[in-house]
Amino acid sequence: MKIDKVKLKSTANRSLTSVGVSVAAVVIALVIGMLLVVAMQKNPMKAFTSMVNGAFGPGYFTETLVKMTPLLLTGISFALCNRCGLTNLGMEGQMYIGALFATLVGAYVTGLPWYIHVPLCLIAGFIGGGLWCLITGLLKVFCGASEIITTVMLNMIAQFLIEYLINGPMIATPGGNPQTKNVLASARLGTLIKGSRLNWGYFIALGCIVLFWLFISRSKKGYEVRVSGMNPTAALYSGINIKKNILLVTFLAGGAAGLAGCIEIMGVQKCIQSAFASGYGFDGIAVSLIGQNSPVGIVFGALLFGAFRAGGNNMMRKAQVPDSIVNVIQALVIIMVIGSQMVLEIMNEQKLRKQARKEA
Amino acid sequence: METKQNENIILEMRHIYKQFPGVLANADICLNVRAGEVHALLGENGAGKSTLMNQLCGLIKPTSGDIVIEGKVVHFNSARDAMAIGIGMVHQHFMLVPTMTVTENCLIGATDAGYLKLNYKQAAKRISELAEKYNLEIDPEAKVGDLAVGQRQRVEIIKALYRGAKILILDEPTSVLTPQETGELFNMIRSLTEKGFTVLFISHKLNEIKEICDRVTVLRLGRTEGTYNVAECTVNDLARLMVGRDVSFSIERKEGTEGEAMVQVRNLTLARDAHTNLLTDISFDVHAGEVFGIAGVDGNGQNELVECLTGAKHATSGTAMYEGKDLGKESTRQIMSSGVSHIPADRHKAGLILGMHLTENLILQDYYTPKFGKGALLDNRAIDTYASELIERFAIKTPSRYEYAGSLSGGNQQKVIVARELSRNPKFLIAMHPTRGLDVGAIEYIHGQIMKQRDDGAAVLLVSTELEEVMKLSDRIGVLFEGKLMGIVNPSETTVEEIGLMMGGTRLEDIRK
Ligand SMILES: Nc1ncnc2c1ncn2[C@@H]1O[C@H](COP(=O)(O)OP(=O)(O)OP(=O)(O)O)[C@@H](O)[C@H]1O
Ligand SMILES: [Mg+2]
Repeated sequence: MKIDKVKLKSTANRSLTSVGVSVAAVVIALVIGMLLVVAMQKNPMKAFTSMVNGAFGPGYFTETLVKMTPLLLTGISFALCNRCGLTNLGMEGQMYIGALFATLVGAYVTGLPWYIHVPLCLIAGFIGGGLWCLITGLLKVFCGASEIITTVMLNMIAQFLIEYLINGPMIATPGGNPQTKNVLASARLGTLIKGSRLNWGYFIALGCIVLFWLFISRSKKGYEVRVSGMNPTAALYSGINIKKNILLVTFLAGGAAGLAGCIEIMGVQKCIQSAFASGYGFDGIAVSLIGQNSPVGIVFGALLFGAFRAGGNNMMRKAQVPDSIVNVIQALVIIMVIGSQMVLEIMNEQKLRKQARKEA
Repeated sequence: METKQNENIILEMRHIYKQFPGVLANADICLNVRAGEVHALLGENGAGKSTLMNQLCGLIKPTSGDIVIEGKVVHFNSARDAMAIGIGMVHQHFMLVPTMTVTENCLIGATDAGYLKLNYKQAAKRISELAEKYNLEIDPEAKVGDLAVGQRQRVEIIKALYRGAKILILDEPTSVLTPQETGELFNMIRSLTEKGFTVLFISHKLNEIKEICDRVTVLRLGRTEGTYNVAECTVNDLARLMVGRDVSFSIERKEGTEGEAMVQVRNLTLARDAHTNLLTDISFDVHAGEVFGIAGVDGNGQNELVECLTGAKHATSGTAMYEGKDLGKESTRQIMSSGVSHIPADRHKAGLILGMHLTENLILQDYYTPKFGKGALLDNRAIDTYASELIERFAIKTPSRYEYAGSLSGGNQQKVIVARELSRNPKFLIAMHPTRGLDVGAIEYIHGQIMKQRDDGAAVLLVSTELEEVMKLSDRIGVLFEGKLMGIVNPSETTVEEIGLMMGGTRLEDIRK
């Protein structure tokens, strides 16, 4: 039992330092971003306060949470594949297909009470995204096709498919805006706070984080997945069926991204419009990267990127600073977080030196 | 026996400390190496040999202490810096890119690699010259992935020479070599030292140290035990210095425990393509309570045979019956769950997940059983208890059970695998090079464990390229040559010469005619 305390202490220590370094990374990125604002001859203080206000201010924070919801799910999607040694770049496409399935069930199936209709839509969205990503898994397992290429190509296909559907067969009012019918009231996720867009989808996403943790760290299947990802040969020798695991993981990961699209429709947008996913899929990569594929890390990553999205909107309106500055800051954060690994190593080295002096 | 510090010191390491999280791997180590000598480093698994050498070749930095080359204190920021001063290392686990050619591998990180275009032709020519000069036969155009282990090692040595190494560090170079290859390596080392090179040589095989080395520095638990002239020490002296107690080199063998045939291999054949076979017509039995040894030069079908018996490959024809199952056709999971254990040949590639904790590595074969959690979830408490127990029982040297397998010393990594496989109490144990890279104390222990399995009635298939090991442990020995079984002999009725002939491709009938 002595070892346990050691583990606890060392992991707590380690995570505290890495949290500290990550916060520093964000601060530095913000400072550089504000310098850019100065270079654009806008008021950086105003830009900064409006951004923070827009992200965390009263009445605004809910918007951060709204933006965080799909990021949680696309973050899970990327991380899950990554743990199995796969690189899923297709969350955007999986979101579209998930949304499509959810809309088909939510707008065209009528006469159901909400407690049946809502779960049905969620399941449909999950299955839609899952099947879409499963195509990648099948191509990988049976043809050896690189998932990096197939996921990106499936993104294009999904995007144009949706484009076609909302301009043609599924258009709500022919000749009107290119968008589908609204999902029925019985298929909507209720808002949590009046006047905000925050809805039950947020808790569904958080629930998925818990499930993700349970699966990857605690379950036998998750163990198999991690072994397959880290050392396929060892997996083979211990009788783990890697192919089956790839299929399972692509389905689940696609499902998570599909759920992101589905919740975005059922909770926020009500109908599919052109490019409604607006980069949530790709931001999932960054979220998972910052969170180092861990459940807790993803929560923080999603919160951060959600805050940037919400804050950026506000900054654009209040301080007339283009919100592409936010994109720049986001990119800086990613670079800084990766760079901070180096800082951590140097700090570690110094700590060890001290320890050696003590022991010697 | 302690030698005086004297003339011609080319390399000195002074008061080296290296702290890893939770492990003080080197504590106040001092090392003097004379120009032109072969200097051995000896020490138990985890004594800190590789760590010390990694600092010398610039891969990691000492926590404190100085490295002095030809009287000057040097600081290395990378392997490249060390290389520039003339220090080259051949690592315990090779560091080559398998998909590249020999020449391309040599050019990685070399200073004259060229900026935009590789100086490929020129390099290939120089490599051929080097190879000729130092008796290292190698084709510069060969793809490294296609080469046998012994040849890969030659590539590593050439790579170091190509970059201008004058001090060559060889970390357990012989643990993967056949006796013949070892002989060749020693010839090469001799021709190198004649030409003024200095060699640092790490090995657990004491008679090799006796054969090739001039002086030896013994490390124990991260500290220097002393430096001695090899000529003045016996093998037993060396063992005692290193382990701190007397080591027994012979094993106890209980007779007459042999039971019924547990595994029956009949005409097992594995085709490579339509015309050639990897394995041809292999037939033998392994009885309960017997160690059946497979001898042979590496690459003569040993891997394929084991792959056929563990479900990694399916036999083309023939059978391997075990408890009514044909191992040649079953899946790995079915085989492993029916009382078969397998110690794979390559611990990094097949045996361990380096990026996972020891606990998770120790349950690799059994994680799905109710023992480690009923239902779909893992029972962490059961896993932790199990892991602690194995770490203690097999004396795995680690700061805690949550250490990553990748940061254990080579020998301790091997112990992790052995612990995992033996603790399953197998009825049929397939062990490939089970003691590769282990120190004499650990070998003693693992041989004892394997014999215990045998005495308890397990059938053991022991595959090893080390003839001595096979001769010592086996009740019967089969010799493989080019995928064919040359004959089966009894170690008490055969000679090393006879087995040597079979390893070279002569059938037993033809020898005993
Ligand atoms: N990167 C690392 N991180 C943490 N601990 C390490 C690391 N590398 C080595 N160690 C620890 O340092 C100690 C010395 O290891 P080292 O590899 O030098 O042993 P060795 O003498 O080469 O043993 P072997 O004969 O088994 O190869 C071991 O206890 C090992 O667990
Ligand atoms: Mg070592």
